[in-house]
Amino acid sequence: MTFDEKYFDIGRLDRLSYRDTVVHRLDGRAKVIGTALFVLTVISFSKYEIAGLVPFFLYPALLMALGDIPVRFIARKVIVVSPFAIFIGMFNPILDTRAAAMIFGVSVSAGWLSFASILMKFALTVSAALLLIATTSFSGVCHALRQLGCPALFVSQLQFLHRYLFVLMEETMRIVRARDMRSFGRRGTGLKVFARLIGILFLRTVDRAERIYYAMLSRGFRGDMPALGQSRWVWPDLAFLSAMALFLLIFRFVPVTEGIGRIAQGVIR
Amino acid sequence: MHMADALISPAVGATLWAGSAAVGGFASRRLKRDLDDRTIPLMGVLGAFIFAAQMVNFTIPGTGSSGHLGGGMILAILLGPHAAFVVMASVLTVQALFFADGGLLALGCNIWNLGFYPSYLVYPLLYKPWAGEGKSPGRILAASVVSVVLALQLGAFSVVLETVLSGKSELPLGAFALLMQPVHLAIALVEGFVTAGVINYVRTARPEILAGAAASRPRGTQMPLRKVIATFAALALLTGGGLSWFASTHPDGLEWSIEKITGSQGLPEPDQGIAPVFRRIQEKTAFLPDYRFKLPAGEARQEPADPAWPAVDGGVSTAGVIGGAIVLGMVMVIGMGVRTLRRRKRDDL
Amino acid sequence: MSHHIVEFRNVFFRYPDGTQALRGITFRITHGESVGVVGANGAGKSTLLQHLNGYLLPTAGTVTIGDLPLTKGTRQEIRRKVGMVFQHPDDQLFMPTVFDDVAFGPLNLGMDEASVRERVRGALEMVNSLALQDKPPHHLSCGQKSAVAIAAVMAMEPDILAMDEPAANLDPRSRRSLISLLRTFKHSRIIASHDLDLILDVCGRCIVIGDGVVVADGPSEEILSDRALLEANSLELPLSLQRVSRAMPR
Repeated sequence: MTFDEKYFDIGRLDRLSYRDTVVHRLDGRAKVIGTALFVLTVISFSKYEIAGLVPFFLYPALLMALGDIPVRFIARKVIVVSPFAIFIGMFNPILDTRAAAMIFGVSVSAGWLSFASILMKFALTVSAALLLIATTSFSGVCHALRQLGCPALFVSQLQFLHRYLFVLMEETMRIVRARDMRSFGRRGTGLKVFARLIGILFLRTVDRAERIYYAMLSRGFRGDMPALGQSRWVWPDLAFLSAMALFLLIFRFVPVTEGIGRIAQGVIR
Repeated sequence: MHMADALISPAVGATLWAGSAAVGGFASRRLKRDLDDRTIPLMGVLGAFIFAAQMVNFTIPGTGSSGHLGGGMILAILLGPHAAFVVMASVLTVQALFFADGGLLALGCNIWNLGFYPSYLVYPLLYKPWAGEGKSPGRILAASVVSVVLALQLGAFSVVLETVLSGKSELPLGAFALLMQPVHLAIALVEGFVTAGVINYVRTARPEILAGAAASRPRGTQMPLRKVIATFAALALLTGGGLSWFASTHPDGLEWSIEKITGSQGLPEPDQGIAPVFRRIQEKTAFLPDYRFKLPAGEARQEPADPAWPAVDGGVSTAGVIGGAIVLGMVMVIGMGVRTLRRRKRDDL
Repeated sequence: MSHHIVEFRNVFFRYPDGTQALRGITFRITHGESVGVVGANGAGKSTLLQHLNGYLLPTAGTVTIGDLPLTKGTRQEIRRKVGMVFQHPDDQLFMPTVFDDVAFGPLNLGMDEASVRERVRGALEMVNSLALQDKPPHHLSCGQKSAVAIAAVMAMEPDILAMDEPAANLDPRSRRSLISLLRTFKHSRIIASHDLDLILDVCGRCIVIGDGVVVADGPSEEILSDRALLEANSLELPLSLQRVSRAMPR
């Protein structure tokens, strides 16, 4: 992705995260814990597991539906980050060619099974991570982390980074537009001018960091970022977590997919 | 290279998470004790700098492949080990959450690979004794290059170990290492030079920063510090913005290695029986049906990556295939149904 | 009422790079006064303001806020008394949500949660921005940010309010709201600005700074209609007076 695309991408994800749906209203801690458990459960499946993973797609599907998150947006982001996993996993079919199953008369090697498993796990875990941000604002996640025991210093570092990131990217976009308007298609000379403009405009961002510090001092800052007390758990949060736990337990240990397949086979026969 | 969740096992992920969390807690406590307040916005800006810098690929001369900046060493030298670790961890966290670059479970691994080695191993044990007192530019160059090379080699090898120990990939340790180490060596040489350039600039512009880090206590900053931050920032936007447009189109280092190796080396096929494999699978799936069935071709219209569950006796079992297709269909129906219901409810209002 | 007094006595300030920004500033502001600080760019307005809450310490001379002389040790205490609002609201809203930003000050003062919430509510209501409290700052418009920045300072209930170019980025309506708001405050107000019409509307007294010294100090009406004085300091008549003076027969 180009810089512009990445900026709009983050911006869009950020904006989605501030919507108000039943999912967004859940406590951040519930969602963080839920996501962590989900990822852990998915990863805990064996190397060759395929069928058992399929029901797990219900979690991202429901989150996207209830949280009004566009499916294509998430799917595209999953695909964009997949190359590394694909290239590592790709070796499995190459290296592991023992026959493991016959599907419709075609021999399928164990390597293909594990590769497919990797891909499914990848899709599930990545979408779960993205949906965590998409349904809980970044600051909501930071709040949750803090309440769950993350060191306060690290949490405020995350918050500052998040705040400055948009500022930085916006300034870059403005510079880019200004440069493009005066380049008339000639990129060669553009770079030197671009570098200079960037340097100047970026100094402004740096000055901004100084001014922010000054503003903090002016309001009594003495080194500790203050934070309010805990938010309380309400019953939707508990319901969510219980449902998650049940869902994860059932689908992890009970081969539901198999069962359904068997029933279907029985019916067809 | 950021590790993905799909490639690690819970055991490996949890272990590395525990390690990173422990170090992170330690670093935070030390920072709280020693930190000059002004460093807080500085840490934020440098975090954004590293973030932008990591988005840019550079071409590794001679090989035609591309790599990208880690930045761990620069941070360690300028901010001291604790702040550097925290900043690196924050950058990786934001990348994982916003870009899904690196998994959540794998975040522990990534923070360890890219944060721990430069900050707590290479910097205190190698760089600081060698060039920490701000000596000659030549020494700084040598120290930087060697430090970065070492840090990246450690990081890359950790990726190899973590992947192999997780057991999800078939790559044997030797071959994988052979892929990762040379590539990261090349990347590290370039990054080492960049690091040296940055450190030498800071040494001439604001020497007390380096002195501060050497005493593992970041010094306070006066107004002119902004020149230093400015350079970073400029570098950040320059790399992030400008160089992006000139980013190399060569495939990432790893992919290049893979292509090269796959073509030239015929990796020997493992000479094991099928039985042990299936026994392992069988232990995990005690409920599997044990019968064969012939399905009319073309019945299942599912996704291509939905093969059958290997049956106990090696025969055909398409129960998994059918089941998978049905479940997937159900998931889609449920998802779309909920969406439509919500939309309808919203339109009614 | 001495805690509302601001006194500069022969204050000098030199930046680390050698620039002599203030060369002997002397004035005294008493309880409830509303004072405008005007001057050319580089005259020393911002530097002067930065002494008000101890961000800068004078290299010579004394600054007294209330009963406290400004020293390194009294800085923190002084920051409770002087609320500072800057030119770019973006720089002052650095927390994840509006509520967090406005609560930042009271929390730093060590107040308990209930009192903090009360202060936040009160401050936001004062600037008609209570509805925005859960929004992140980067979703706000310029005028909204400006109002919230003021609320963030007012939540600390300072005795003295200092502002640097408060209306610089505001559209006319927001600017008008700001002016009305400032006129309702009873605090001592010190406002540095190029917007001479705002100064005329809000401040009864005006100090002109030129080259690091006080060039003039008196009622705004007098000073801001003295064309010669203003033009000698790279300023000009407030726009509202220009219309009038042009309409008047020579």
